[in-house]
Amino acid sequence: MDRPIRVLVAKPGLDGHDRGAKVIARALRDAGMEVIYTGLRQTPEQIVQAAIQEDVDVVAMSILSGAHNHLFPKVVNLLREEGVDDVLVIGGGVIPEDDIPKLKEAGIEEIFTPGTSTKDVVEYIKRNVKR
Amino acid sequence: MFDKNKLEEIRLEKQNWTKNNVEKTISRFPERKESFKTGSNLEVKRLYTPDDIEDLDYNEKLGFPGQYPFTRGVQPTMYRGRLWTMRQYAGFATAEESNKRYKYLLEQGQTGLSVAFDLPTQIGYDSDHPLSEGEVGKVGVAIDSLKDMEILFDGIPLDKVSTSMTINAPASVLLAMYIAVAEKQGVPKGSLRGTIQNDILKEYIARGTYIFPPKASMRLITNIFEYCSKEVPKWNTISISGYHIREAGATAVQEVAFTLADGIAYVEAAIEAGLDVDDFAPRLSFFFNAHNDLLEEVAKFRAARRLWARIMKERFHAKSEKSMMLKFHTQTAGSTLTAQQPDNNIVRVTIQTLAAVLGGTQSLHTNSRDEALALPTEESVRIALRTQQIVAYESGVTETIDPLAGSYYIESLTNKIEEEAMNYIKKIDELGGAIRAIESGYIQKEIQDAAYNYQMEIESGKRIVVGVNKFQIEEEGHKDILRVDPEVERLQREKLKALKEERNNKLVEDVLMKLKEKANTSENLMPYILDAVKAYATLGEICGVLREVFGEYEQSIIL
Repeated sequence: MDRPIRVLVAKPGLDGHDRGAKVIARALRDAGMEVIYTGLRQTPEQIVQAAIQEDVDVVAMSILSGAHNHLFPKVVNLLREEGVDDVLVIGGGVIPEDDIPKLKEAGIEEIFTPGTSTKDVVEYIKRNVKR
Repeated sequence: MFDKNKLEEIRLEKQNWTKNNVEKTISRFPERKESFKTGSNLEVKRLYTPDDIEDLDYNEKLGFPGQYPFTRGVQPTMYRGRLWTMRQYAGFATAEESNKRYKYLLEQGQTGLSVAFDLPTQIGYDSDHPLSEGEVGKVGVAIDSLKDMEILFDGIPLDKVSTSMTINAPASVLLAMYIAVAEKQGVPKGSLRGTIQNDILKEYIARGTYIFPPKASMRLITNIFEYCSKEVPKWNTISISGYHIREAGATAVQEVAFTLADGIAYVEAAIEAGLDVDDFAPRLSFFFNAHNDLLEEVAKFRAARRLWARIMKERFHAKSEKSMMLKFHTQTAGSTLTAQQPDNNIVRVTIQTLAAVLGGTQSLHTNSRDEALALPTEESVRIALRTQQIVAYESGVTETIDPLAGSYYIESLTNKIEEEAMNYIKKIDELGGAIRAIESGYIQKEIQDAAYNYQMEIESGKRIVVGVNKFQIEEEGHKDILRVDPEVERLQREKLKALKEERNNKLVEDVLMKLKEKANTSENLMPYILDAVKAYATLGEICGVLREVFGEYEQSIIL
């Protein structure tokens, strides 16, 4: 790889809890990645547009409001509709364990729940990035 | 506070003790750490003695409960007279569901209500707005119109309970709905008791449910101050909140500093709008976090009270003592709850409850053990409420006022937090006040740095979180969690559709037109919002009109 990994950290939905998203963004940057943070209240459409425009390798989404089952898969589907299939999509937040298998089936490749170390996220991205 | 000669003796003895006892012990058994810090990274000494509070003037710095500077509490008898209000924040799904939960909580001995609204409601969107998709009824109850509000408080006598509503950008609309429901119950607005959060500045800083830009938001807020001082005099018109600032990662000092800086901005805005400080300041209330470092938190609450009293007296020349009293609600710290071994959270919440009570809170919400996983179940909420009741009725800490006062450590830490918070406030003044400091991203950046630092301390093992980076076990998934039925969204949309068919749409159009017209003037908008609400205009319609006039806030993104 001749360029740093580019990551879009995104907050879909109306949820304003961005402590985690910002800590992750900074940890990824400190690990040498290029990070773009969308800010709050992004629609799935806006996230996908930003991912394409910024030519990112990873979309990392955070939701703590409980809207993940609705919003995470929507982002993956829209990416596919746009013909993007080599972007790693991951998610985090207050997400019940029971929801994780369905989210993975929908194409969110990993879900990080409270207590996760930022080092684990960095490692996961490095190992699984697709391009 | 101490005799000079005695102090000198104490200093000498301390030197001897350090040399003869401490150093000898340390040479054989080193201390656990090189330096000791509070939860917010303030230096903690090995031992505190009168030496550390030698300049403490009792009457000036501590005084008596119910008297300036209120360090020891805002009431003369505190919990000997009446315990704090036990107020669990609750609300989810539909108004019908939440109404059931409120009645349950009241039956269980809760003494006040605290309404959680869903995100669309908090941001002024109806349930059928495209941005509401997936969010309806999730983090609180969905309220689209007065109709929902009537259901929410059905069978709950509004002259008997006090109600706190966590609502900010559209606070005037929800307050208007509450007034309208009360009128239908035959309860005059003059007797209503409760609080609206109505604190937009911390939404820009940390919580995120803003709608309008600062200028318009401050106008709506001062409109409420003015209206309530005349019409709803027992209502707390704002709850100036450090809670979410702390949750976003701020330290205890930053929590006090940024909250009081926001408070200063509200007072300045109201004075600028022509209000007399003693007309509105007695109805200002505060909302703080109770974190794990028990003694630091107690010192924090005491420091906040003393600092606010001084600001109101010296900076704003308030004359009424009521204007100088910092009354506050407390919530235990959601960010300290772990998804790992969730029952341990009951213990954390107990410590935090003690912090709030020893710090002299007026009301308290205790978090439930399962909130790092999902919304709490009814059983978890009951344990959280019982935790308060055990502290209230069994622990004995309520029997005397401000029991930790006079502790060399507590008094020294109270001084330290007050001093450091004051330094931040000076810095914010230099930047042009809280609004400017938010727009430039200064406050957000300070909090983010603290949050990042906190996380790195956990990851390096410098900070221990039981069950997370030490004492872990293999755990099964946690099955027993509360889920909001996705049907809620469909149901809510149907109700909205029916409402729009049965109400007088011509009247709705007229009241909204009127509101728009008045939004362009400098008139107080409360009466027009009340008219709109009573005509069953929806929350989204009312906020929509105001969005057209005021525009929307653009977040400044700083990483």
